[in-house]
Amino acid sequence: MEPGEIHALLGENGAGKSTLMNVLYGLYQPDEGEILVDGKPLKLKGPSDAIGAGIGMVHQHFMLVPVFTVTENIMLGAEQVRGGIAGFLDRRRARREVTEVSERYNLRVDPDAVIEDLPVGIQQRVEIVKALTRDVDLLILDEPTAVLTPQETEELLTVMRALKAAGKSIVFITHKLGEVKAIADRITVIRRGKTVGTASPEASRDELAALMVGRNVRLTVDKTPATPGEPVLEVAGLVVDDDRQIRAVDGVDLTVRAGEVLGVAGVQGNGQTELIEAIMGLRPVLAGTVSLAGDRINGWKPKKVLRAGVGYVPEDRSVDGLVKEFSVAENLVLDIYDRPPFGAGLALKPDVIAASAKERIEQFDVRTSSADAAVGTLSGGNQQKVIVARELSRPLKLLIAAQPTRGVDVGSIEFIHSQIVHERDVGTAVMVVSSELDEVIGLADRIAVMYRGRIIGIVGPDTPREEIGLLMAGISPDAAHESNTDAVPGDGPATDGSPARDAGSANKDEA
Amino acid sequence: MSDDSPNPQSGSPDKEPASEAQAAQNALGNTERAEVATEPDRSVTTPAPEPESKPSLGRLFLDNLWAANTFTVTLLSLVLAVVVGAVLMIISDPAVLSTYSYITSRPSDAINSSWTLVSEAYANLFKGSIFDPEAFSGWLDGANGWQAVLAPISETLTYAAPLVFTGLSVALAFRGGLFNIGAQGQATIGVIMAALAGFLLPLPPGLHLLVAVLAGALGGAIWGFIPGILKARAGAHEVINTIMLNYVATYFLTWLIVQNGVQDPNRTDAISKAVDSSAQLPRLLGDNLRVHAGILLAVLATWAVAWLLNRSTLGFELRAVGANPDAARTAGISVTRTYILIMVFAGILAGLGGSNMVLGSTASALTPLVVAQIGFDGILVALLGRVKPWGVLLAALLFGALQAGGNRMQSYSGISLELVTVLQALIVIFIAAPALVKAIFQLRAARAARLQTSLAKGW
Repeated sequence: MEPGEIHALLGENGAGKSTLMNVLYGLYQPDEGEILVDGKPLKLKGPSDAIGAGIGMVHQHFMLVPVFTVTENIMLGAEQVRGGIAGFLDRRRARREVTEVSERYNLRVDPDAVIEDLPVGIQQRVEIVKALTRDVDLLILDEPTAVLTPQETEELLTVMRALKAAGKSIVFITHKLGEVKAIADRITVIRRGKTVGTASPEASRDELAALMVGRNVRLTVDKTPATPGEPVLEVAGLVVDDDRQIRAVDGVDLTVRAGEVLGVAGVQGNGQTELIEAIMGLRPVLAGTVSLAGDRINGWKPKKVLRAGVGYVPEDRSVDGLVKEFSVAENLVLDIYDRPPFGAGLALKPDVIAASAKERIEQFDVRTSSADAAVGTLSGGNQQKVIVARELSRPLKLLIAAQPTRGVDVGSIEFIHSQIVHERDVGTAVMVVSSELDEVIGLADRIAVMYRGRIIGIVGPDTPREEIGLLMAGISPDAAHESNTDAVPGDGPATDGSPARDAGSANKDEA
Repeated sequence: MSDDSPNPQSGSPDKEPASEAQAAQNALGNTERAEVATEPDRSVTTPAPEPESKPSLGRLFLDNLWAANTFTVTLLSLVLAVVVGAVLMIISDPAVLSTYSYITSRPSDAINSSWTLVSEAYANLFKGSIFDPEAFSGWLDGANGWQAVLAPISETLTYAAPLVFTGLSVALAFRGGLFNIGAQGQATIGVIMAALAGFLLPLPPGLHLLVAVLAGALGGAIWGFIPGILKARAGAHEVINTIMLNYVATYFLTWLIVQNGVQDPNRTDAISKAVDSSAQLPRLLGDNLRVHAGILLAVLATWAVAWLLNRSTLGFELRAVGANPDAARTAGISVTRTYILIMVFAGILAGLGGSNMVLGSTASALTPLVVAQIGFDGILVALLGRVKPWGVLLAALLFGALQAGGNRMQSYSGISLELVTVLQALIVIFIAAPALVKAIFQLRAARAARLQTSLAKGW
């Protein structure tokens, strides 16, 4: 690392980027090798050593206390006290420091705002200010843009440039090629825990992508043209709130037909998650209707929706998709355990479950030591295969797959994609939600772009990525694309805004 | 210390392959292996540091309990508790303690008197709970009957029976992700209902007993249902509610005993009428030995809970909700319904434990202290039994043995019965701090620090 340099660390999910940086920050101890700072080897026993050596880190998941103010969070761990032994917290001085640092680098943050009220982009800025007040020379940003909107990303890049101008070095961890090319001075690519190459930002995207995954990626998925049939899923005027009671889905109309893949593209956090959860009965529908093959299903319990022939691959497998302590076999029947042949009345049939698990493991190429191994011991890709195997093992009318390949190795990605396309070919309606544009383009027969809770446009898969990218950034389609939106079948009577019964409130399961 | 030291690992039918393997590795005391075992997600599998969801405190505790504890740790915990108990005996005996004032001039005095005191006390603990050789030789000589030989075991089983129920109650709830601190209250309502059914209903023998036992179960079920529904519908934390309901139950019992129709008309103190003999659990080994059919019910309940947890759809739901409520909900399991059911089942078990206290041989009438501490002891039993059904049974037997032996230790050696409570507490403390035990015995411990910090983070 040179002073005043932005060094991008590029690699797939699970390539070891975060682990490496956690070692640098003293959170993990290296098994071998050493870290040199200014030519001197450094032994880091913990984050405080790292801070002492001038290394600061902004984690992917922020380390902030939600109920504290910005100033209090920044003080945390380096509390200034006055009054000698009485040890009063010197908030005023800390507050002054925060204001000073944020002004110096043009990082507008209100020192008195409470963290939980701040948008994610600002929280991240607080993390950066926190690192800067510790007087660091090297700032590690671990996937800082994963949670940001395009505007916030742009602002972050501006901040990074300002920091660079002030002589700070930045390690920028990401797997998004566009950002790397926009800002990095030097690029190191990591794969499976090893440095596989360095590149300059002039390198083409394809070169970088190839370095990242170790072979030429197939961004396209082999598939024949779709033969759409009857509408299976019809969503009209759907309005849904998120957990904070803020409108997340604001009048969405969608139709998915049998035998087609509808891709939903969009930057994370634009209502995709809530849309799916509302369809699955996991989140109350405030207005609008959801119909499955003609039946109105809003207000149904998740179990009933699943039973009606909906397969669901949730976006966060470790939270919503799997019970990690359960065995592979148990996870393979997680939503059909009480159905024949797996359960009869109150009794489970362990033999049948085990036999079926063996079959599925073979069929879906799940790499596990045994069907009895806890699913948490499997790699991400194999965990995902367990979910896919579970959902595709019963007859489906509709398959909803959210981020089906997030954190999954390339081999598994291809396998999962082919399974999804196969499901489409047997006549299932498929809805794929992904924040990876390439995945959506590769899989979908039609692409709906979601922005701030609305479908901002529906386009064909041959639309140039730049145009879809613009849509994802909220730039409304011009006249040329509006002709494309004809692809949206007229959703019967538009129920937009009609006060649908708030039927979903019954399943307010509370964790 | 005794022949019946529990072996929850081998006795347990539960399948937890990952943690058992992990536990086995930890037991080797091998640092490298142990390190691998503590973090199977990171180091064994492909490096996929995906965002870990923050596990609940209960989950962390359970992981800790299963991962770091083995048969070895249990056994060593017992040994440690016995050693500390011995020190306490010596300190609390003035005569023995005085020999230590001249230990430099005559150390044999101190050592001998200490040894005599401690060995006699523990011998009495053993004779009172398991087997008394004098009674055995007496039986051979014809000096006493066979009952005297079985008396210690009979006492142990009598004390153990209610603890099995309350231990299962706590363990079952724990597997479903709930801390049932309310076994005491549920047992209290259970004992009230069982006793009322026992002396108010004029029913024929057999049926009367059945009704009384079921009444106890029903009482517990009601007292479990309340925190269950509060948790499911209002999000009220079950720990707070069960603790509060313990108080309500205890004072309701105190009030109820002195009401007309309940209080024994021939008595002025707080004691109710006695349960009809038709509603009492039959004694298994004749009238002179206290062991009654409650222990059979307890074994049956253990089997039932083991089946429920591992072989039933309901148990599947329960374990899924306990391990990951989000995934359970996504898979269509109703988390609210499961929470309510868990608490009702926990209540039923605790209520049955309460019934044992008044329908068995411990007491036949309600008094303010009729349930003793079985609910709170149940928490300890559940932890000692690693919240697995057969483990709970063994742990309850150990606790029962300590109680039974403690009585004899008190009357023969003059060691106060409270020492037994201290021993129980020490065992559980050592079990809950495996790193400490391993450190004391120089077993290269499995990354104690990391376990502790992970536990602290849970808060």
